[in-house]
Amino acid sequence: MSGLSERPPGAVVGRPLPHESAALHVTGAALYTDDLVGRTHGILHAHPVQAPHAHARVSTLRTAPALDVPGVVRVLTADDVPGLDDAGTHHDEPLFPDEVMFHGHAVCWVLGETLEAARLGALAVEVDYEPLPALVTLREAITAASFQGGQPTVARGDVDGAFDEAAHVFSGELDLAGQEHFYLETHCSLAQVDESGQVFVQCSTQHPTETQDVVAHVLGVPSHAVTVQCLRMGGGFGGKEMQPHGYAAVAALGARLTGRPVRLRLSRTQDMTMSGKRHGFHAQWRVAFDDDGLLQALDATLTSDGGWSLDLSEPVLARALCHVDNAYFIPHVRLHGRIARTHKTSQTAFRGFGGPQGMLVIEDVLGRCAPLLGIDPVELRRRNFYRPGQKTPYGQPVRHPERLVACWEQVLSSGDVATRQAEIRAWNATHEHARRALAVTPVKFGISFNFTAFNQAGALVHVYKDGSVLVTHGGTEMGQGLHTKMLQVAATALGVPLSTVRLAPTRTDKVPNTSATAASSGADLNGAAVKDACEQVLDRLRPVAAERLGVAPDAVRVTDGVVSAPGSDATLAWADLVHQAYFRRVQLWAAGFYRTEGLHWDSTAMRGEPFKYFAYGAAATEVEVDGFTGSYRIRRVDIVHDVGESLSPLVDLGQVEGAFVQGAGWLTLEDLRWDEGDGPTRGRLATQSASTYKLPSFSEMPEVLHVELLAHAPEDGAVYGSKAVGEPPLMLAFSVREALRQAAASFGPAGTSVDLPSPVTPEVLWWAIEDARHRPRDHGLATGGPGRVPEQPHPAAPPLRPHSERAARATSERA
Amino acid sequence: MAAGRHEVTVNGTARSLAGTDPATSALDFLRAQGLTGAKEGCAEGECGACAVLVLRPDGVGRGGAGADGGTDGSDGTAGADLGRSRWTGVNACLVPAAALDGQEVLTAEGLGTPDALHPVQHELAVRGGSQCGYCTPGFVCAMAAEYYRGDRHPHAVPDREHGPNGFDLHALSGNLCRCTGYRPIRDAAFALGAPEAGDPLASRATHPPPAAPPSRLEGASGAFERATDLSRLLTLLREHPDAVLVAGATDWGVEVNLRGARARLAVGIDRVHELRALHVGHDAVEIGASLTLSEVGRALAGRVPLLDQLLPQFASPLIRNGATLGGNLATASPVGDAAPALLALEADVVLACAGGERTVPLSGYFTGYRRTVRRPDEVIRAVRIPLPLSGVTAFHKVAKRRFDDISSVAAGIALDVRDGVVAKARIGLGGVAATPVRALATEAALEGRPWTAEVVRAAAQVMGREGTPIDDHRASAAYRSAMLGTALLRLHAEADPSLAPAVAP
Repeated sequence: MSGLSERPPGAVVGRPLPHESAALHVTGAALYTDDLVGRTHGILHAHPVQAPHAHARVSTLRTAPALDVPGVVRVLTADDVPGLDDAGTHHDEPLFPDEVMFHGHAVCWVLGETLEAARLGALAVEVDYEPLPALVTLREAITAASFQGGQPTVARGDVDGAFDEAAHVFSGELDLAGQEHFYLETHCSLAQVDESGQVFVQCSTQHPTETQDVVAHVLGVPSHAVTVQCLRMGGGFGGKEMQPHGYAAVAALGARLTGRPVRLRLSRTQDMTMSGKRHGFHAQWRVAFDDDGLLQALDATLTSDGGWSLDLSEPVLARALCHVDNAYFIPHVRLHGRIARTHKTSQTAFRGFGGPQGMLVIEDVLGRCAPLLGIDPVELRRRNFYRPGQKTPYGQPVRHPERLVACWEQVLSSGDVATRQAEIRAWNATHEHARRALAVTPVKFGISFNFTAFNQAGALVHVYKDGSVLVTHGGTEMGQGLHTKMLQVAATALGVPLSTVRLAPTRTDKVPNTSATAASSGADLNGAAVKDACEQVLDRLRPVAAERLGVAPDAVRVTDGVVSAPGSDATLAWADLVHQAYFRRVQLWAAGFYRTEGLHWDSTAMRGEPFKYFAYGAAATEVEVDGFTGSYRIRRVDIVHDVGESLSPLVDLGQVEGAFVQGAGWLTLEDLRWDEGDGPTRGRLATQSASTYKLPSFSEMPEVLHVELLAHAPEDGAVYGSKAVGEPPLMLAFSVREALRQAAASFGPAGTSVDLPSPVTPEVLWWAIEDARHRPRDHGLATGGPGRVPEQPHPAAPPLRPHSERAARATSERA
Repeated sequence: MAAGRHEVTVNGTARSLAGTDPATSALDFLRAQGLTGAKEGCAEGECGACAVLVLRPDGVGRGGAGADGGTDGSDGTAGADLGRSRWTGVNACLVPAAALDGQEVLTAEGLGTPDALHPVQHELAVRGGSQCGYCTPGFVCAMAAEYYRGDRHPHAVPDREHGPNGFDLHALSGNLCRCTGYRPIRDAAFALGAPEAGDPLASRATHPPPAAPPSRLEGASGAFERATDLSRLLTLLREHPDAVLVAGATDWGVEVNLRGARARLAVGIDRVHELRALHVGHDAVEIGASLTLSEVGRALAGRVPLLDQLLPQFASPLIRNGATLGGNLATASPVGDAAPALLALEADVVLACAGGERTVPLSGYFTGYRRTVRRPDEVIRAVRIPLPLSGVTAFHKVAKRRFDDISSVAAGIALDVRDGVVAKARIGLGGVAATPVRALATEAALEGRPWTAEVVRAAAQVMGREGTPIDDHRASAAYRSAMLGTALLRLHAEADPSLAPAVAP
């Protein structure tokens, strides 16, 4: 075990604790950004003017009529921007655009004494638009060759040769839709300017540092003039990684120009029509198997729908390509990626960050091909698992593949899968109008930011004279329990009771230059930084304690607030030790830092070892499908998931369950629809509210949900032997989709292969059932070698080299 | 009008409504008071993050009014003051603050504090029922309403939607959580015991709710007036034909919040006592138009089985605690769920104006997309369902989500099957035309024919061609038609086999 992963006796990590704010949540006492409005004097409210076109030029913008509306104070336009008019980091997202790029794009913002005044002011603003042709669907953009950003390729082996020699070749396509984050708290910022011109923005953001960067460049001030604080978020899921910045900048600009606090909170419909979502993808593929069903080759082109600007589309695409293999070894691989530019919201990070979309491709391939190969899908998946010593297509050794096997075998056993499969066959034989099915799918998910530089974190640990401890770290709390874990880490590292430690809100003036709380890495990175800071303080306290106890400094132990040493009967209370250390002028606070070692990644070649480790899991899901309507229920779900040695089991259980249901929502229920017609509302998001975009509710909850965390699975490279948990379990929901596929197939003859778009709504499933009943041979796949070669990128297509990586390279070359 | 002091009692403390605009929601009012526990998640009553409790009359009593009608012919009346009250969950984002004048409201802050958690709060907290916590105060309120429900009793055999403590999971179907996946929330709900003796909120419910006297609040956007008797209501309607009638505001609140609608005059009709009566007579059941759907369900107590199938599928309890049959029919949405069921029941609509009343059959009530025969000076006083009822009924709702979704298509079906022959068929459809419609051709294909698979198959094909469904974000036209085509097949497959003809024809 490394020092990082080693757990001391009596560790506070590993205990199942409720969320640190649970008592505040349930009493309504927990404060979110918009709850501060009533506590802030003289506030102004911001309201957008949203364009009613998917693509148009703004020919004139008359703001004067708005100023005649009682209560309207100011209208913010491009002319007001003292710095850079850009909401992002690629300089392709003007904050006040003169070209409307999607239906609902905000062209200016109105500030009012009340939200009502701002709303009426926004209605009064007169805008002339010159409509332009718009690309709304992904397929339209592909046909028009409308792409943006790099076009990376992951390749290994002799793909064409493998297809020529393969026993079984299938070719197909998959359309998979995106997903609205629908964090319950919409985007919200509250900006104030103090007497010295310092800007203070309270913001619901997963990435306070980048919010700070963008606010600073919009205002044209250095970063030290801007402080961003995030108390907590009412959910983030990736939607607040890059998207909050522009809204924060508008609020800050308003505060700067008026000298008054400005609140900008989006209504649900504004949030849904303006902010980015999970990328939908289109995939073309051909696959080769041998006679045993072993994967021989995969050739695929994945095109993501990036929306109107680049945002995080390049790293999302990179992660998608790095996860097409999921749990399976494929000797010969060629995976192309492209990002379409469409006139829609700029799609962005969403839990899994492209990984789910990439993995869905191979799971779809296996689900469709298993019946044609005549191999049970459980067996087909299991046969293709990585074995020790094998590498991913991008060259990373797959460490601990035996843990995937352990998860798989445990879920087959705890889920009693073999017995239930037999029961289901018997049940189906006696039910004409309903079918049940059980599917098992695996997850292998790489942990770390692909871009190496982001894998760093900082923390600030203050020990006060009375022994109480205040922890600040660079991560943000969005409900995932990061703060709970950090309290446990600090208490463990210092050896004090949990009640000794308090956690302060995330602020850029406490810990600078932080990475986004994203990529499931919040606990890994910040936990290691918190631990480092605690150990620095503890190392300074040891000599003081050693003197009192009459032992050598490195013999000193602190456990549950009691300072002791082997060989000494004397003990010392933590608070006494701290008190004495203060009088000896020992520095009682420390800044901790951590960077993940051993990572390297070349995004131009798409090769390297970008991940510290892989998280594994397996899920077995049973569904029941109604043959009259295509509606379905999730009857039972069994999950075994690998979180290493859990830092906080109740928190991790909540992450696994919540991610599973969110993934099931993406795959089965949540149905983003844009107006694709040629009428005046072309490009308008048709599902722009909670009444038209349905998230899972209680009715989608599995009737039986049985989650086990894989035991005895410490991760040597991570803090206290734990593993990241935020994203990987989302992809356990593939088992729902595959169970629905198998249930639909069972309405047809044996060997029926079912083609499903994503999401599998009841309607989609009903048509699939109809096809299985009446057209079981029409499975939408081309069979036989060498298959249909997916569209290849233009030879001059740009490589994937994100701006951030270019900057890093330029810096290192200068150095 | 009576002026009054315009106060709401929130968590036991009187809070003035002075200066509150009539278009201000209860949610915005509470938050402006510093009570920021209730949150806005969607502003249209879909997510429940804004849920609060309002003390309402408990109009349904064991052996009380409404339970004695029907069999002996004497009229029963629901909504009468039984001297008790009920903590009722509502979406504060939809209810106008002005409608709460004089009422008692509880928020999550009033149930407990971090140092002294309410049992509902405790169970949610310790079981991991909150992650981001934003939806949590709303869950707490919806769960507390069910916790205090007087007729919640332990079930002998819990099923998948009822806990061993009698907790009905449907109570939470109007609350969305994006983090937990719901399992820990369910476990918290099912772990709740009964309120302890002396629980102040349980004790409070043994007394009547506060009176709801007439009240009027004026503001920049217009006025809100609560009418409490029909004559005042009709006078207001005669004088202000553009007045908006608001019962639970489950539709009007959405218009205000999402589409910026403002009323010069909004008239609260939820306490008009003539609109809150439920009579069960020999030849008809008459349901007051302002009774909430929750009240209707409790007061009917199973007397109209088709409504018992409809009501649990109608939105969520938070909505049903405000929504009314009158509102659903006045809105006249082609996807409103009440109309298909009421068409199958051959209901009439009783319209009242200052000059008197008229009764129109529901089948002739809708005239176009969101248009009806109701004149601006008229109010729907009641819905009348003729008796006797047909014996075979079903309400088939097709939607993406099982709880709290809007229908792609809905079918209310009422068949009178005698000696294996369909003597009468009445089928109402929603989501297949600009208005709710009767499936007349299908009815004709069934009536007078034996209740056999062959006849049902033929009628199902006819039903698949009813209406003129459209493609939209909820469903394709083809799927809507297909679902019409399978509704009768499903009913036949699920119906009691004893309905089949004794001798094969």
